[in-house]
Amino acid sequence: MIFKGKVWKFGSDVDTDVIIPAKYLSIIDPQELGKHCMEAIVPDFHVKMNKGDIIVADKNFGCGSSREHAPLAIKAIGISCVIAKTFARIFYRNAFNIGLPVLESEDAPNQIEEGHEIEVNIDTGVIRDLTLGKSLKAKPIPPFMQELIKDGGLMNYVAKRFSK
Amino acid sequence: MGMTITEKILAAHAGLEKAEPGDLIQAKIDIALGNDISFPLAIQELEKIGAKKIFDPHKIVIVPDHFVPNKDINSAENCKRMREYAKRYQILHYYEVGDMGIEHALLPDHGIVLPGDLVIGGDSHSCTYGGLGAFSTGVGSTDLAAAMLSGELWFKVPESMKFVYRGKLKKWVDGKDLILYTIGKIGVDGALYRAMEFAGDAIEQLPISGRFTMANMAIEAGAKNGIFQPDRMTEEYVRGRASRPYRIYRSDMDAHYVEVKEYDVSQIEPQVAFPHLPSNTKPISQVGEIPIDQVVIGSCTNGRLEDLRIAARVLRGNRTAPYIRLIVIPATQEIYRQAIKEGLIEVFLDAKAVISTPTCGPCLGGYMGVLAKGERAIATTNRNFVGRMGHPESEVYLSNPAVAAASAVKGRIASPDEVAEN
Repeated sequence: MIFKGKVWKFGSDVDTDVIIPAKYLSIIDPQELGKHCMEAIVPDFHVKMNKGDIIVADKNFGCGSSREHAPLAIKAIGISCVIAKTFARIFYRNAFNIGLPVLESEDAPNQIEEGHEIEVNIDTGVIRDLTLGKSLKAKPIPPFMQELIKDGGLMNYVAKRFSK
Repeated sequence: MGMTITEKILAAHAGLEKAEPGDLIQAKIDIALGNDISFPLAIQELEKIGAKKIFDPHKIVIVPDHFVPNKDINSAENCKRMREYAKRYQILHYYEVGDMGIEHALLPDHGIVLPGDLVIGGDSHSCTYGGLGAFSTGVGSTDLAAAMLSGELWFKVPESMKFVYRGKLKKWVDGKDLILYTIGKIGVDGALYRAMEFAGDAIEQLPISGRFTMANMAIEAGAKNGIFQPDRMTEEYVRGRASRPYRIYRSDMDAHYVEVKEYDVSQIEPQVAFPHLPSNTKPISQVGEIPIDQVVIGSCTNGRLEDLRIAARVLRGNRTAPYIRLIVIPATQEIYRQAIKEGLIEVFLDAKAVISTPTCGPCLGGYMGVLAKGERAIATTNRNFVGRMGHPESEVYLSNPAVAAASAVKGRIASPDEVAEN
């Protein structure tokens, strides 16, 4: 799977309260949640970004709460994938479980700048910065996670084994 | 090579002799917990695949605690959905308003989680139960739904990191200070993907309430779980609460740790975490002049009876400073009742505090104490992220209950020594 989009850069320790503040957690419609995504640090983010854009962040992206509303909101506004040096573990699991691809890369956050056009190959982990004309590498997605993606998320994977 | 307590519990629940860091295992769940934030989404996931059954209605726990009594129509709809689900599937451990409490104080107090258990919760602070020697971790709603359906979940066995605390605690220093100090040292991703195992003679002396506080904030260092080896104190706590058998696991002498940190606790003062990360800590002597608008004493981190007793000790005979709001939230109905019996609630009322029904409310800026632009709070809660308690330009400082209580009296962040008589 290949995604192409414009980069939105974020720093370290972007927490889930910033991704989606708790006052909106009584909302369960992803589209409604999306309207408040990142609003504390980028007001009207959902309006400013374009479908397919990519988030590139430093370390520990998604730290804090286990709220699945966070990856849901990011996915709902049309962010195609998130690249970070590291992810907080609950966010990492949640992202795969709901079908938001996330990639770990040490180099990408150091070299890619805000507004760059990049192309991300989820299968190979190759990130091409079209603005710089340069290729970077992300860690390949672990085989088990790839299996989850192939099955269409965790619920389908589990349903195949236990349901009915 | 021996195994750590975390590895042993995971191996046992996966039906394996041995579990090593990095192993992907499929493990059986003893308890799966959901609340009014995570559970409605889990129901949605289960409905999406047309699931008609759950693995065991006795092992699922539902606690509406974040936005109850309901703060708005959406949260009322979510709780209604949970209530109907609990009725339809005859969930044994469903806690209605009036019975409920903040989940991570409620479950251990009711003997629902026990030593040696494997617990998952749709709440990041589910790591609290490591205080009893259980493996317990937070998950999202889809993981919760998968566990409810199958009774199992996949885990990557974490590397273990050992934290050894030696020496005698200073006055007013408790579990909150030890964990804030530790997070201050290692950072908010200092234990990312890892198990934090707490040990040492200072820990052996630490009451169970302090152990819950420490395990509770393991997530604030990025950890998968925090855990204590069960001891005599654990067994005393569990006795009279447990209604099913449980198993005590202990780390082997030759277990492997990726890192071992040792701290001399006699040098640790009460800690205050400055905005906007729990790792941004300072000892109370170096805080300086920080005026405040609001004080919150409560939450899954510090809303237990022991915490209220400490706060009352500082507040007795004192009054909250003019224009300062002090909000005290007993974590469960039982704690509330006991606080009345012991006269603590009267001390709080005399000090001009408001006492709230158990709720997570203000900790996450939900309701019952939301901050305006530019306002500042000190709270015994667990997070001080941007906008955590309200407006994105408000600020939260984290501390133990004694410092929070003293700050209410002084109207600025203060040491309990400035206020309390004993």
